[in-house]
Amino acid sequence: MTPELTVLAQQVVLGLLLGGLYGLAAAGLSLVFGVLKVLNVAHGELIMLGGYGAYWLFARLGVDPFASLLLVIPGALLAGAVLYLGLFGFVVRAHEHTRVKNSLLVGFGLALSLHALAVRLWTADDRSITTTYGGAVLSVGPIAIPLIRLASLAVALALIGALHLLLARWRWGKAIRATAEDWQAALLTGIDVRRAYLLAFALGTALAGAAGTLVSVGYSISPSIGLEWTLKALIVVVLAGLGSMLGTFAAGLFVGVAEALSAAAFGGPYREVVGLVIFLVVLVLRPQGLFGRGQ
Amino acid sequence: MRSPGSGTGNGWAVGILGGLALLAPLPLLVPRDDVLNFVLLVLLSITLAQSWNIIAGYAGQVNLGHAAFFGLGALTARTLWIGGTPVLIAMAAGSLVATAFALLIGAAAFRLRGAYFAIGTLALGEILRATVGNVLPEISTLPATSIGAYRLAPRYYLALGLAALSVLAVAGLQRSRLGLGMQAVREDEDAAEATGVSARGLKLRALALSTALAGAAGGVFAYYHISYYPAHPFGPAWTFDALLMTFIGGVGTLQGPVLGAVLYVFLKEYLTVRWVDFHLLIFGALFVAIVLLFPGGLVQALSRVGSGRRRPARRGGAAS
Repeated sequence: MTPELTVLAQQVVLGLLLGGLYGLAAAGLSLVFGVLKVLNVAHGELIMLGGYGAYWLFARLGVDPFASLLLVIPGALLAGAVLYLGLFGFVVRAHEHTRVKNSLLVGFGLALSLHALAVRLWTADDRSITTTYGGAVLSVGPIAIPLIRLASLAVALALIGALHLLLARWRWGKAIRATAEDWQAALLTGIDVRRAYLLAFALGTALAGAAGTLVSVGYSISPSIGLEWTLKALIVVVLAGLGSMLGTFAAGLFVGVAEALSAAAFGGPYREVVGLVIFLVVLVLRPQGLFGRGQ
Repeated sequence: MRSPGSGTGNGWAVGILGGLALLAPLPLLVPRDDVLNFVLLVLLSITLAQSWNIIAGYAGQVNLGHAAFFGLGALTARTLWIGGTPVLIAMAAGSLVATAFALLIGAAAFRLRGAYFAIGTLALGEILRATVGNVLPEISTLPATSIGAYRLAPRYYLALGLAALSVLAVAGLQRSRLGLGMQAVREDEDAAEATGVSARGLKLRALALSTALAGAAGGVFAYYHISYYPAHPFGPAWTFDALLMTFIGGVGTLQGPVLGAVLYVFLKEYLTVRWVDFHLLIFGALFVAIVLLFPGGLVQALSRVGSGRRRPARRGGAAS
């Protein structure tokens, strides 16, 4: 391989690894939006808080970040349930048209509050979890794959797979999908729609917590990462449409690679622009509606 | 949402413009920089809130990236003005650039209903903030010669004029076919289309007017500040300020954003001194509470007190 090609391949691999986390971040947002018709623009802040949860467990108690998933995920489930009961449960009472608008506004206010809270609790500095195995690298020819990010990708994929099974097989998983499809019909068949909302929101928050943990170990966290992650997740959801968790994950990988390629082509400072371009291209090419179900 | 006070909309317009006129001799009467700076901040906030109110309050489209247009106006105006262009022309150019970007997002996003416009504007704001921060990481400071010639009064009058213009724009909108069309689209797009108006065209016109004002406000910001980071006016805090001021006062009304801006700037000054970073936490919670519990803001609360009876609760509440 020529040196240029090696650099490009390396970038693509790193983009793929990061893209897995975009997919995980987007899955939670997509689940909540698909089921509750609530667009939680504070999703990135939930990811940020999940990251700080793992960071705290590591810094205070020395819990390995991958092991801390076993604590962060249940914690986030609980936090999601509380957030639903205390806040978003009121948003879903509104009519669908008003509901989306109100969720955008409430989410935006919540995002600012959580950001301020995180600055207060942990200062505005960047933090990351540095484990003893953090520097380990898998070499494939001239390409170096950071093991910890590879493990994160594997965990993300496993979580998406688990979610997929949960929605496909579990009794309440089916109830959640039925509610997403048509809540009125679901209600008529005797499904407790409010409980399906609660479960979906809690699951979405748990996914955000898991994503945050993986971000804190392979990358870094600070109170201001929330909006960035919300945006990545939104772009992925716009690209993937609703309905398929595996499709969302694949779209996450795509966005990761697209960013890497655009950074290689136009230089690092412009890598963020690719998200906007994807958004516009998707709107122009698929005007029938992306939030419609995947075909 | 028809504003509770819309019958007296004219009275409010005259009252607010009269109040702004009274502020005109302030630089001569009170030549204190701290007072002028504070009033200038209020005036800039009125423009920012009123501009958000046009697209969100009247046309019903939630813009979560308003800072993008404020920032684009600031960036363009600053670059041209420091390069030697007269400030008014530089501001007009900034306003145009902001509108051009807005129409790009709007033309794509308004093809569909739902959250696309909110996502698109959020994306535009965040991506511009990151990109401007990456490309122009250095602080922008006026050249020494300009600092020597710096006078506060022209900045003050520019902010005053723009605030008056934004109030006039909304007052005109309330009575015009254009404004009524926007409100029809806000209430029910299908019904509005059925009466023969183009919902997309109206939304785009609302967006153009809104972002032209936001871009001009960015121009005032660029002309006013001696030094700032170019990415700063793109920050989400500006969007949040606009949202919160509008909601405190009353979204979709002429007087709401003005009342909200005055109250908010006072509160913010007070709280920022007491709780440095904490004030955003308080404002975030306040905002959420207003959206869910008091979607009509102060204007609605005052009209309830005024009429002595509760207005029937609106279906679903909030920011339509």
